[in-house]
Amino acid sequence: MKLVIAYIQPAAFHDVKQALTEVGVGRMSVANAQGVGQQGGYTETYRGAELEIVLRKKVRLEIAVNDDYVERTREAIIEGARTGNFGDGVIFVVELAECYRIRTGESGSPAVG
Amino acid sequence: MQLSRKSLLILPLLCAAVAPAPAAAQTAADAIFTVNNTWMLVATLLVFMMHLGFSFLEVGLTQSKNTVNILFKNVSIIAIGLLTYAIVGFNLMYPGEFSMGGFFGFAGFGIGTDASGLTAEYSEGYTYWTDFIFQAMFAATAATIVSGAVAERIKLASFLVFATVYVGLVYPFVGSWKWGGGWLQEMGFYDFAGSTLVHSVGGWAAVAGVFLLGPRLGKYVNGRIHPIPGHSLPLAAAGMFLLWFGWFGFNGGSVLSADPGLVSLVFVTTCLAASAGIVGAMITTWTVQKYPDLSMVINGALAGLVGITAGADVVSVLDSVIIGAVAGVLVVFSVIFVDRIKMDDPVGAISVHLTCGIWGTLAVGIFSPDHSFVTQLIGVLAYGAFALTAAFVIFSVIKATMGLRVSEADERRGLDLSEHNMEAYPDYQIMITR
Repeated sequence: MKLVIAYIQPAAFHDVKQALTEVGVGRMSVANAQGVGQQGGYTETYRGAELEIVLRKKVRLEIAVNDDYVERTREAIIEGARTGNFGDGVIFVVELAECYRIRTGESGSPAVG
Repeated sequence: MQLSRKSLLILPLLCAAVAPAPAAAQTAADAIFTVNNTWMLVATLLVFMMHLGFSFLEVGLTQSKNTVNILFKNVSIIAIGLLTYAIVGFNLMYPGEFSMGGFFGFAGFGIGTDASGLTAEYSEGYTYWTDFIFQAMFAATAATIVSGAVAERIKLASFLVFATVYVGLVYPFVGSWKWGGGWLQEMGFYDFAGSTLVHSVGGWAAVAGVFLLGPRLGKYVNGRIHPIPGHSLPLAAAGMFLLWFGWFGFNGGSVLSADPGLVSLVFVTTCLAASAGIVGAMITTWTVQKYPDLSMVINGALAGLVGITAGADVVSVLDSVIIGAVAGVLVVFSVIFVDRIKMDDPVGAISVHLTCGIWGTLAVGIFSPDHSFVTQLIGVLAYGAFALTAAFVIFSVIKATMGLRVSEADERRGLDLSEHNMEAYPDYQIMITR
């Protein structure tokens, strides 16, 4: 079992979700996030003065998958989120030690689904 | 409904046909009095609505963590304004008789009238009660202007004490100099609906408050300006539209009757000045600054409105456009200037109400052949000297006794939690996904 964590552009979320659905990945957790990477921050203006924005708005996805789903999940996220510009985001894949489904009491692989 | 409206129109004609002439004249006079009084009450409703406009504008241009506090202040001010005006304000502003050379008069505590106050004997435009409630709605606006400038750092209790003293005593006292028939009225000073009497009086107090409070934490660091963006520009825009809406009553009601020619002219000059204010601010922000700033254009509309308020009934239509446009340009430069000298005014109240209030008052002397520039200038200076001093003294006394500013920790946490222990948006988060 793996936990796929991805930080993507908010505007890319729609396409990523679409791509994930197409490869049969329909379960995910999504949260608003802020972050900065290679793209760096930017400046806004407000009433004539410049405002340095260090953290950009991002969307964080968490998807728990069984090992045979890792590749298609990763590729679907890349397909939906990639523009080739700085700021497209990152994907982390980490080992998932345990998983429990609260309603049924299932654990391990069946719980991931 | 068409039928009944028609029969209403015919009714006076029928009366005229059957009744003897003097009675007919009396009926017509009664009808005109009723129309006048009704318009003045409608204008009162419109001015009342401006308090919602002020609330939205202030909330929109400040951080979400201070929203409860700002709404609390605005809700309190309308109450303070109306109650103090009933207790002392009305009779201090319109004392009837003056002493000390037209400088001071007071007709006693409380309000009330006999039967003569309810007829045209009192005034051709309104009853005593209408007179009171229309003027009372104005009174509260002066303190509301201050509220925006001192937002996000002033202690709630300290602000409320200030607002009570300022609206209860200072506003009506200085107002009596002109509208009450005092020394500036005698001198020929003109301020139709309060560019100086309401807006500058509020603006001067904002200057004193901002100066004594100091800027919000993190606004000016190492000589650089770090903007603190407002959390809802939609609310700020709604506030601007509501204020403009209310201004139909603020200026239109200041005709003090339903005089068809004057009220309609005032509607036109008021709207054209607001529009020209938007255009003036738009051109300025777009050329002087890198991007066209919405908050500046919102300020521009209000700048035009404040600018035309002093002379809405005595300037030509073209003049009103010029007055509004100049106000729109002025307000942008004023906001930039006020920021440069490190006076932190989150909503631009000083620029909108003071800078453009002064401009509008002086503009009467420039554009109206019947009024003198020098007299207008004397009025502006007299109000400035007194209002600024009074506000400075009141704020200083509050600062020395109960303190003016919340602690650093409380300011960081937000006044909603530190002053009220509640949040404006406890279960609301904007999702950036769809």
